Amino acid sequence: MGFENFGTVSFTTEAKAAEFITYLEQGKVMATRCPKCGVSYFPPKADCPSCLSGEVEWFEVKGKGKLATYTIVNYGPSGFENDAPYILALGEFEGGIQIMSRLSKDIAPSDIKAGMSLVVSSLKRPDGRISYEFKKG
Amino acid sequence: MADRKVCILGGGMSKWGVREASIVDMAQEAAKDCFDDVPVLKKEDVDGLLFASSYCGRRSFQVNAAPVIAERIGIKPTSMCTRVDTLCAGGSSGIILATGLIKAGMADIMIVIGGEKLYTPQRWETYYSELASIDHDWDGAQGIGLPPPFFSMTAQEHMKRYGTTKEQLSAVSVKNRRNGLNNPKGHFQKAVSLEEVMASRPIAPPLGLLDCTPVTDGCAAVILTHEDKAKELSDRPLVYVRGTAQVALHSMSMNWPGEDLTDWVHLRTAAKKAYERARVSPDDIDVAQTHDCFTISEIIEMEDLGFCKKGEGGPFVESGKSDFGGKIPVNTDGGLLACGHPFGGTGIRQAREIVYQLQGRAIGQVEGAKIGLTHNLSGLNVEHTILIYGREP
Ligand SMILES: [Zn+2]
Repeated sequence: MGFENFGTVSFTTEAKAAEFITYLEQGKVMATRCPKCGVSYFPPKADCPSCLSGEVEWFEVKGKGKLATYTIVNYGPSGFENDAPYILALGEFEGGIQIMSRLSKDIAPSDIKAGMSLVVSSLKRPDGRISYEFKKG
Repeated sequence: MADRKVCILGGGMSKWGVREASIVDMAQEAAKDCFDDVPVLKKEDVDGLLFASSYCGRRSFQVNAAPVIAERIGIKPTSMCTRVDTLCAGGSSGIILATGLIKAGMADIMIVIGGEKLYTPQRWETYYSELASIDHDWDGAQGIGLPPPFFSMTAQEHMKRYGTTKEQLSAVSVKNRRNGLNNPKGHFQKAVSLEEVMASRPIAPPLGLLDCTPVTDGCAAVILTHEDKAKELSDRPLVYVRGTAQVALHSMSMNWPGEDLTDWVHLRTAAKKAYERARVSPDDIDVAQTHDCFTISEIIEMEDLGFCKKGEGGPFVESGKSDFGGKIPVNTDGGLLACGHPFGGTGIRQAREIVYQLQGRAIGQVEGAKIGLTHNLSGLNVEHTILIYGREP
């Protein structure tokens, strides 16, 4: 399967990194690493932007990250009206991986602060679509 | 052939705002205003057209718009006739490209027009289309489509790291709306008080409605030529394109190149290159038009353009150093906050204002201005574009 069921609104249904979706269905948030130059990428790239090699390895983004910054979105773009308000956050993970995603609605607003520990996990939305989100680490 | 020196002869704008007019209508209005500004020029002598617009394909259902506009304004280009897309920096990209073509002798007289028709009859589409301007597969899928959330995070980090206050953010809006009061072509001619900005409807805190540029329709145009031709066509002081830079280091929020969101390393790189190429330093700039898409943007731009120290942008704007009579007047025609921001049009509006400033005929004139700078950030802060203009080459 491709990206047609990914995120609140999907844009690209056909992309070479579609394995990401297969893993996400299995509950895994994956990144890619280029064995030639050792650089890791999130979002995953099917071809390495650094050396342009097509032989990349998939690995799971595990472990605890750190909340770098966040914002409350009161007015979502068209297609996201029913999601708002939601909290977008930038998380920093091992190996220089940064992820922009939403904070889980399970986290109490009073608990949210820059520097807090995060994990990234797959998300099945009530409408059946899939994505990923940050939970408390 | 030695490189030719390139001058901007004059500029024009359509009325900017919420318009019941097509992108081609507004391009024509801007071109007319621009031709009227250079009365000696016969428009039949214009040999090239660049049209800067990112959304004419989607929102006006008009791709390959350049020849459509050429026909509408009655010119028959023989050197170059094409569209340029760098979103918010499209107009500046067009001016840089035209400069290069004229410098190299591949074109002689070029008109650069830019702008957008952003309001569509179905208003939801206006906001849906915004999602095309980012890496929509990944950033878009999370709902980061509209820019305020990203700049809200930037503002919060700046407040935390440097103690910048909401009053300082608001001061940018107060200044630029005041500067736009007498600019009839801009979107707003209404001053706002500090209290009004502070209390404006929260969009993505700490940014309220009056911290954000509006959605605006409009076009702007400038005409460029080489020095010899410029002397023939105009009695006004010549305004030269002295140095330019455009820097792209990443394309999506997750790969931000700086230490944190307040660290605009791509802007500093662009500034360094542009100052070197123009053989000037930040202290030499007499007037600047910088990209105030949000109030926080102008504060960080003061720092990373080198007008003040890193972290001191807040006090710099609050104490009037970027106002008329201050160290460097910024956004003298109202900037994006008062004029609005039809993406491809903005860099050209800025160039027009700088040309008027350096020729001593701006509505809000900075006395004796000889060197001016324009700056755009584009997309989700993924690219920075700078042009430096001067009365001397
Ligand atoms: Zn590689």
